[in-house]
Amino acid sequence: MGIRRFGAVTAAMALVVLLAPTPAPAQQAVTLRVAITQQVDSLNPFLSIFQAGTEVGRLMYDYLTAYDVKDQRPVEGLADRWESSPDRLTWTFHVPEGKKWSDGQPITARDAAFTYNLMMRDEVAATANGSFTATFESVTATDDRTLVIRTKQPQATMLALDVPIVPEHVWSEVTDIGEYRNDQTPVVGSGPFVLTEYRANEFIRFKANKDYWRGAPEYDELTFTYYKTSDAAVQALGKGEVDLVNRMGPAQFDSLEDKEGITRNQAQGRRFNELVINSGAATNAGQPIGDGHPALKDVVVRRAIAKSLDLDAIIERVNGGYAQRGTGPIPPVFGDYHLKPEPAHPYDPAAANADLDRAGYARGADGIRVSPEGRRMELRLLGHASRAYDEQTGEFVKRSLADLGIAVDVQIVSDNQLNESSTAGTFDLVFSGWGTNPDPDFILSLHTCGQRPNADGKGGTTDTFFCDPEYDALYARQRAEFDPAKRRELVLEMQQRFYDQVPAVVLGYDNALEAYRSDKFASFPVQPDPGGVIMAQNGVWGYYGATPVATAGSDTGSNTGLVLGVVGGALVVLVGGVWLMGRRRGLRAEDRE
Amino acid sequence: MIRHLAGKVGGALVSLLFVVALGFLLFRVIPGDPVVAMTRGRPVTGDQLAELRARLGVDKPLTEQFADYLAAAVRGDFGTSYVYSRPVLELIGERLWPTVLLTGTSTVLAVVIGLWLGIRGAWRRGSRSDRISTGLALAQWAMPTFWLGMLLSLATGDLFPSGGMRYPDTPSDFVSQAVDVAHHMVLPCLTMIAVVYAQYLLVMRSSLLEEMHADYLTTARAKGLRDDLVRRRHAVPNALLPTVTLVFLHLGLVVSGAITVETVFSWPGLGLLTYEALTGPDLPLLQGTFVVLAGAVIAMNVVADLLYRVLDPRVRAS
Repeated sequence: MGIRRFGAVTAAMALVVLLAPTPAPAQQAVTLRVAITQQVDSLNPFLSIFQAGTEVGRLMYDYLTAYDVKDQRPVEGLADRWESSPDRLTWTFHVPEGKKWSDGQPITARDAAFTYNLMMRDEVAATANGSFTATFESVTATDDRTLVIRTKQPQATMLALDVPIVPEHVWSEVTDIGEYRNDQTPVVGSGPFVLTEYRANEFIRFKANKDYWRGAPEYDELTFTYYKTSDAAVQALGKGEVDLVNRMGPAQFDSLEDKEGITRNQAQGRRFNELVINSGAATNAGQPIGDGHPALKDVVVRRAIAKSLDLDAIIERVNGGYAQRGTGPIPPVFGDYHLKPEPAHPYDPAAANADLDRAGYARGADGIRVSPEGRRMELRLLGHASRAYDEQTGEFVKRSLADLGIAVDVQIVSDNQLNESSTAGTFDLVFSGWGTNPDPDFILSLHTCGQRPNADGKGGTTDTFFCDPEYDALYARQRAEFDPAKRRELVLEMQQRFYDQVPAVVLGYDNALEAYRSDKFASFPVQPDPGGVIMAQNGVWGYYGATPVATAGSDTGSNTGLVLGVVGGALVVLVGGVWLMGRRRGLRAEDRE
Repeated sequence: MIRHLAGKVGGALVSLLFVVALGFLLFRVIPGDPVVAMTRGRPVTGDQLAELRARLGVDKPLTEQFADYLAAAVRGDFGTSYVYSRPVLELIGERLWPTVLLTGTSTVLAVVIGLWLGIRGAWRRGSRSDRISTGLALAQWAMPTFWLGMLLSLATGDLFPSGGMRYPDTPSDFVSQAVDVAHHMVLPCLTMIAVVYAQYLLVMRSSLLEEMHADYLTTARAKGLRDDLVRRRHAVPNALLPTVTLVFLHLGLVVSGAITVETVFSWPGLGLLTYEALTGPDLPLLQGTFVVLAGAVIAMNVVADLLYRVLDPRVRAS
């Protein structure tokens, strides 16, 4: 009896809970729901180094300057005008009156001075963005409107300081930056959105900052929902649970082609994929490390490898066509700095073979070449187990180099294993890739001698172990060059040198594949315009400028799902309950016997 | 009895200490530099890397790191996560409940379904329903969890959410939240049940089969008891023992068993946390989750041991 009543009560309670009507929201607020597939590491902008975390920081805090939505040139951020001294060592920024923090306090030059000084004073505060203040001599606010920055040497990136400026009246009370989580909602900020709720690895909610100085966003709320896999994120878009998705694979992007209510955006990306060639790994003191194949020190071999790879075929088969052919490290999305090589090495396996024959790499009996020093041309190629691209392209490289008389052993290993081997120089060929910024300085710096690791394998973030005096000299010159046209020349010259010396073959620039619910949002600003991205911009124009469909309000997609799901769940419980009762009744009859 | 209890708990504590030490050593074998992995693709200077290393304590010699770790672990401090910059235990505490909710619910259901089908199958062994249910259970047991999860997700169309534990815009009152969580939990729960109930079914079925020809059952039948009563009052209680052990051993794995399901359905639990920590590698977080997961197994082993004595007089006597 007791068990039976318990069962019935439980079933009834479950029914009540499952069938309870979802209370309708008080008023129909328009929300942009975004799917993210990378976790937010920290809400504290001084600590956050993941892309998703940085983007959340950008939504909450303006920088001193911003990047134009059309062409990414520096435009007004917190400062509306700026000038530099003739020696380029002193920069003066003007912070206009009228901009306010989300709690109503005025934004002044003192907030910016406080932020930069905090990063220069407290090493923990420099964790995420310390590279921007590394050459700062002093930062002072001479009055509420004027910020003066003195640098130790001329720095070309003074209008690209990607540092979220925080309110002094909140952060001056923080005693330990490393411990501060910045999750006291609503978080006081200066950006177009104010953070109102944060559930780690579930979601983040923002409300529109109605007093934002550029003007309020055209909708009320912005949410980021975290999905561990991009498959789940794409599904959520299809079901109408989210409105905007990025970081899709080619197959996922294709699957949305004719979906009603969904619009796709194939954008020029900021990432490149490359095949790094171990051209002589060494420490920053010049001490050789690792066990790379010695023949790869010969530029003839490296060029032959570059010529033997059919980049267009790789893009067609591996990227599904969603990529552009690679030349230098800077992708075409940053048009001015993108290299169109002269001379180029076109895809020409016959010429590559002839070059190797001429340089004395004779083919052995089995067709594999032997170097003039007598080493068989057998190379290891490392790829990331987490990236399908590496595995597929690896097979491609293997076949192309086989035609060249070079045997390749493709080894797909864990990311950690790969990072360790590439830092230690224990590889011949390895797949790598980087995201790039509008300012080319950092991506170019990766290939300077100084970026090579020290004897402990620490101290630098070299990508290729490239160390070339000519390249380094050009790097130093572009860094101190403030004339845009001249700097552009130097940047192109550096990439041409890189291209000629082939420490790595840049294979291609991935397109950024995004899609959104066009039945809910009519349009999104892209950066650059045209051909650019909605998410992961240099800025937050994509979120800020999203335009809801005029008659937004009938939001049925997910509610239908909820109702059906609840009904389904209720049915299961009901059937279970009936079965349980029937069974109990039967047993009771037996018990009586 | 007290001495037995003390022995068991003492043994468990020794195991736990071993696990704590192993937690440190095991994850130092993972190749790769966490600092380089963390900062990959960002503009960082050599000074910044050095500063980061010093802050995380990975620039010290291994023996010193180990001593620091042990001293802190004994005080219940597992350090600060590299990625989240927050205390490890706090992160684990946050993620523990979603995992307990998901795996707890599905384990209870899987046990009930497994035992029931196992008893029925054994009682009518060889029948068509027995063959079908055992075959079906085995087929699902053999399926990769993530694959089954994705299939279920595709097959159910728009009925259930694609992932997560709740929608951001669900009203904050208890009933709406509970309904939303229940709605999100259906698919991950179904996936877990479908995969694990087979083991309960098989163990229950085989241990009941062993009892089927026992003399006491013949006696019970000779007394004129109905078949159902013979089964419920005599056969099943005797056959239940191995199953109880299995259930408790499995309860220990409940916390860790959800890694794949949580990943497929983006369920914000411990399994997902472990998976993310591993990709870092976020060493303090890995050590913390490892100790908690292994600790759960040890604790449940002790409970199973003790419960066994309560349930079976023969164990007590020996």
